[in-house]
Amino acid sequence: MNDLGTLPDWAGLAPALALVGTALLLFLYDMIEPDSQNNLLLAGIAGIGSLTALGFAGWFLLAGTGQPDRGGAIELFDGQLVVDAMALFFMAIFASVTLLVVVASYDYLAGRANQAAYYSLVMLAATGMAVMATADSFVTAFISLELASLPSYALVASLKQNQGSVEAGLKYFLVGALSSAIFVYGISLIYVETGVLQFGEVATALASGELSGVVGLGILFIIGGFAFKTASVPFHFWAPEAYEGAPAPISAFLSSASKAAGFVLAFRVFLTALPRGSVEGTLDWVIAFQVLAIVTMTVANFAALRQEKVKRMLAYSSVGHAGFVLIALGALTSEANRSFVLGSGMAHLLVYGFMNTGAFLVIALTEHWGIGREIEDFNGLATQAPFACAALTVFLFSLAGLPLGGGFLSKFYLLLAAIDGEVALLAIALVVNSAVSVFYYTRVVKAMWVEEPADDLAIEGYPSGLYVAITFAVVLTVLLLPGFGFVLEFTSTAAETVVPG
Amino acid sequence: MIVEAVLAVTLTGALLVAVGPDRYAAKLATVVSVLPLAGSLWMWTEYAGEGNALLESGEVAFQTTVEWLTLGQYTLQWYVGVDGISLPLLVLTTVLTTLALVSSWTPIDERQSQFYGLMLLLETALIGVFVSLDFFLWFVFWEGVLIPMYFLIAVWGGPRRKYAAIKFLVYTNIASLIMFAGLFALIFGLGDSITTLSLPEITQAVLADELGSFAGLEPDTLKMFAFFLLFLGFAVKVPLVPFHTWLPDAHVEAPTPVSVMLAGVLLKMGTYALLRFNFTMLPDVAADYALLIAAFGVVSVIYGAVLALAQRDMKRIVAYSSISSMGYVIIGLIAYTPHGLGGATFQMISHGLISGLLFMTVGVIYNATHTRMVGDMSGLANRMPWTVGIFITGAFGYMGLPLMSGFAAEVLVFIGAFQTSVVPAAPLLTALSMFGIVIVAGYLLWAMQQTLFGSFELETDYEIGPAPIHDVASIGVLLGLVVLLGVAPDLIYETIQDGVNPLVDFAGAALTGGA
Repeated sequence: MNDLGTLPDWAGLAPALALVGTALLLFLYDMIEPDSQNNLLLAGIAGIGSLTALGFAGWFLLAGTGQPDRGGAIELFDGQLVVDAMALFFMAIFASVTLLVVVASYDYLAGRANQAAYYSLVMLAATGMAVMATADSFVTAFISLELASLPSYALVASLKQNQGSVEAGLKYFLVGALSSAIFVYGISLIYVETGVLQFGEVATALASGELSGVVGLGILFIIGGFAFKTASVPFHFWAPEAYEGAPAPISAFLSSASKAAGFVLAFRVFLTALPRGSVEGTLDWVIAFQVLAIVTMTVANFAALRQEKVKRMLAYSSVGHAGFVLIALGALTSEANRSFVLGSGMAHLLVYGFMNTGAFLVIALTEHWGIGREIEDFNGLATQAPFACAALTVFLFSLAGLPLGGGFLSKFYLLLAAIDGEVALLAIALVVNSAVSVFYYTRVVKAMWVEEPADDLAIEGYPSGLYVAITFAVVLTVLLLPGFGFVLEFTSTAAETVVPG
Repeated sequence: MIVEAVLAVTLTGALLVAVGPDRYAAKLATVVSVLPLAGSLWMWTEYAGEGNALLESGEVAFQTTVEWLTLGQYTLQWYVGVDGISLPLLVLTTVLTTLALVSSWTPIDERQSQFYGLMLLLETALIGVFVSLDFFLWFVFWEGVLIPMYFLIAVWGGPRRKYAAIKFLVYTNIASLIMFAGLFALIFGLGDSITTLSLPEITQAVLADELGSFAGLEPDTLKMFAFFLLFLGFAVKVPLVPFHTWLPDAHVEAPTPVSVMLAGVLLKMGTYALLRFNFTMLPDVAADYALLIAAFGVVSVIYGAVLALAQRDMKRIVAYSSISSMGYVIIGLIAYTPHGLGGATFQMISHGLISGLLFMTVGVIYNATHTRMVGDMSGLANRMPWTVGIFITGAFGYMGLPLMSGFAAEVLVFIGAFQTSVVPAAPLLTALSMFGIVIVAGYLLWAMQQTLFGSFELETDYEIGPAPIHDVASIGVLLGLVVLLGVAPDLIYETIQDGVNPLVDFAGAALTGGA
C-alpha cells in the first residue's frame, strides 16, 4: 500500500490538519482572552502553524509520499480525498503564501481590533485551499471551495470602519455566492447524467454511456465556477474591487493562494473527472479554456494599462496571470505532451505565488506608511525606502517576464507549452500580452525611481515583519531563476499523477 | 573559470557599490571595474582558442559547460567561452566601462551609489552577452542589459529622459521578442536533431540541413522566415535605418558615460548578434538577399550622415554618424570575404573606441560649458587646449585619417566589399557608401571650426579653464588605443581573422560558387 512508514493513512493530510488545528487554537485563544492585542503571540501561533504545514508538505514531497514508486496516491474516506504529488505541491504553495501573509500582517494589524479572528479566518481559508488540493469528489470539492471562500469574504471586509473594505466584501460575497450556485448547478447536471460524485467514478460513467447535452451544459457551468475562483474573464469583475478594498496582505493572499487553489481544483476536475476523451461530443473544454485564456489575458492586460491606482493595476495583472495559467488547460490538445503542459502551469503558479505576494506586500508596506494609492503617490519613493523599492522592482519585472526572477522562465515554459500543444494563437497572445505588460509595470518602477518625490513624502519606521516577508519573497523570486530546475522536478511528478504519460 | 570569475566579481562589485555610501561609490566602482579589465586582458594574453566558436572546427577558449535546466527535450546549459570574434568585444567592454566610470566622476553628483552600481550591473550583462554560447543564457543577459540601461537613462538623463528611456525600452524589448520568435522557429524546425540550445549545436544542425518543416512551413521558407525575424530584431539594436529613431533620443538624453556605453558597446551587440546568428547560421538566405541587406547598409551610411548634417547638438551629430558607421559594418558582413567580415568586426572595435572618445570629449566640454550646441560657443581651443587637441585628433580618426583605427577598419571593409561576388553590383554600392565618409568629414570639420577655433566667446558667470586631469587622461587613453590600432591593426586583426576565416572558408566558398 502507501508508504507513510508507521504512520496511518490520514497522516497524509498533516499539512491541512496543521492549518485547521492552528485555526481552532486561535479561536480557543480568542475565547479565553477576547479582543487580545497581543499581536506577536497571535501572529506567532499562525506563523508556526503555517510553517508546520509547509514543513509537512515539503517533507512528504521530498520523501515521495503518494507517488507511484512509494505505493501510489493515498485515497482517504472512500476516495473523497486523495493525497498525491499534485496535492502536496499545492499545499506547499498555500502554506508558503499563508506564512508570508501572516508574517506581514504582524505589522499591518498592529493596533487594530479583531486580530485573533483575522488570523483564524486566514488559517481556515488556507485549510479550505489545502482540502481543495486533495478533493477527489464533487462533494468535497464544493465543501472545500466554500470553506476557502467564506472566510475570504469576511477577510476582505475585515477593515470594518473602512467603507471601501466593507463594500468590497459585499461585492465579493454577492458575486461569489452567485458563482457558487452556478458551480453547484453544474455539478448537479453532471450528477443527473452519471449518478455518482467521486471523480474517478464520474469519469468511468461518462466514458461508458451515450451522453446527453446536459453534460455539456454542466461542464460549462463548472467552468464558470472556476472562472470566478481564479478571477478569469468574464467573472473577474470582483477582483479589482475586492483586492483594492481589502487589507493589502489579504489581497496578496487572495490573488496568489486563492487563485492557485482554484487552479488545482480545476486541474483535478477536468483531468480526472471530466477527461477530454470521455466527454467528447458534448463540450470540448480544451477549446473553451483556449478562448477563456486568450480573452482573459488580453482584457486584463489592456485594462491594466489604463489603471491609475497601483493596487488595481496589480489586480488586473493578477487577472492577466490567471489567463497565462489557463494556457496549461487550453494547450492540453491531443498533440501535446500533457504532463509537460500541465507542469508548466503549476510551475508558473508557484513562481507567481512568490512574486505576486511580494508585490502586494510592498503595497501593504506603503499602506502602513500612509502613502496614497495612485501611481503618482509612489513618486520618488526610492529616495526614502530603497530596499522596498528594489524589491518591488524585482517583483514587477519578474511578473512582466524580464529575467530578474523566476517569472521569466515560467512564462517561457508556458510559451513552450502553448507551442507544444500547437495552439499558435495562445502562444501569440502570451507574447503580445507579456510585451504590453512591460509597459504598465514600468510605470510604477519609473514613479519610484525616476520621478521627483513630492515635498511631503515622508515615511515612518521600517516595520520588521513586513520587511522580513518581503525579503523572503524577493530572495525566492530571484533564486527561482537559477533554481527553476528544482521546481520542475516536482511539477513534472505532480503533473504525471493526474495525466500519466 | 576565469569567465565566471570576471562575471562574479563584476556582479558582486555592483551590489557592493549599490549598497555602499555615495561618498565612496565613484572610486570604489572604478577600482572594481579594473578587476574584470585585468581579467579580460589576462584572457587576451592567454588566449589559445582557434577558429569560430559556432562552427565545427572551432575551439572555444576558457569554456565551461554546466547543465542548468531541462526544457522538454532540450537541456539548457551554463555554457560560456570566447573565440576570436567575442574576445576583442569583451576587452572593448571592460576597457570602455572603466574609462566611462572615470568620466562619470565629474558629471554625476546625485544618487551616486545607485548610478555606479547600475553601471557595473550593465557591464556584467554586457560581458555575459559576449561570452554566452547557450542561446537561453545569452538571451537572459541580452534582456538583462535593458534594465540597468533603462534606469541609467531615466534617472540621470537630460530633460526628456523619461520619454527617451521608455522609448529605448519599448523599441528594444519588442525587437528582442521578434528575434526570440525567429530563433525559436529555427529550434522547433530542427526538432529532434538537437538536444541542447547551445549556439554551436544549433548552428551546426542548421548548416547540416537538419531543418524540418514546422507549423506548415517548408524548411526553406522557415529559414527565410527565421532570418527575417532575426534580422528585424537585431536591426533595431544596431540600429539600421529605418529602425533607428530610438537612438538619437536615447543618446541625447543619456548622461555622457551612458552614451559612451550605448554607442561603444550596446550597438555592437546588434552587429555581433547579426554576425553570430544571421550570417553564421543562415549564410545561404543572407546571400539570397545580399543586395537588399547591402542596400540597408548603404542607406544607413548615407542617411545617417545626411541626418548628422541637420544637427546642431554635438551629441546628436556623433549619434547620427554612429548610424552611418554601423552601416559599414553591415556592408562588410554581407560581403562574406575575409576582409569584409574581418573588417566589419574590426570596425565594431574601432567604432566602439572612437565613438566612446567623441562622446566623452563632448561630455568633458559640456561639463565646463553646459552647452553642446554648435554656434553657442567658439574658441574653446584657447581655454581647454588638451581636450580640444584630443577631440580634433579623434574626429580625424572618425573621418578615416590614415594611422588611426577608423582608417584601417574602413579600408578593410571597402577592400572586402569590392572583392565580393555575393552582393551584385558590389563595387557600385561600395563606392556609394564612401560618400558617407566625405559627408561626415566635411560636417565635423565645419562644426569644430565653429566651436573650437576663433576668438573665445561664451557668456558664463564663471571662468572656463582646462578640464580635470582624470577626464583628459581617460580620453587620452582612448586616443592612444585608436592610434595604436591604426598603426598596428594586426594586434587584434589576427585574432579576428582567426575567428571569421572559417566562416569565409565554408560559407564564402559555397556562396561564391553558387553565385
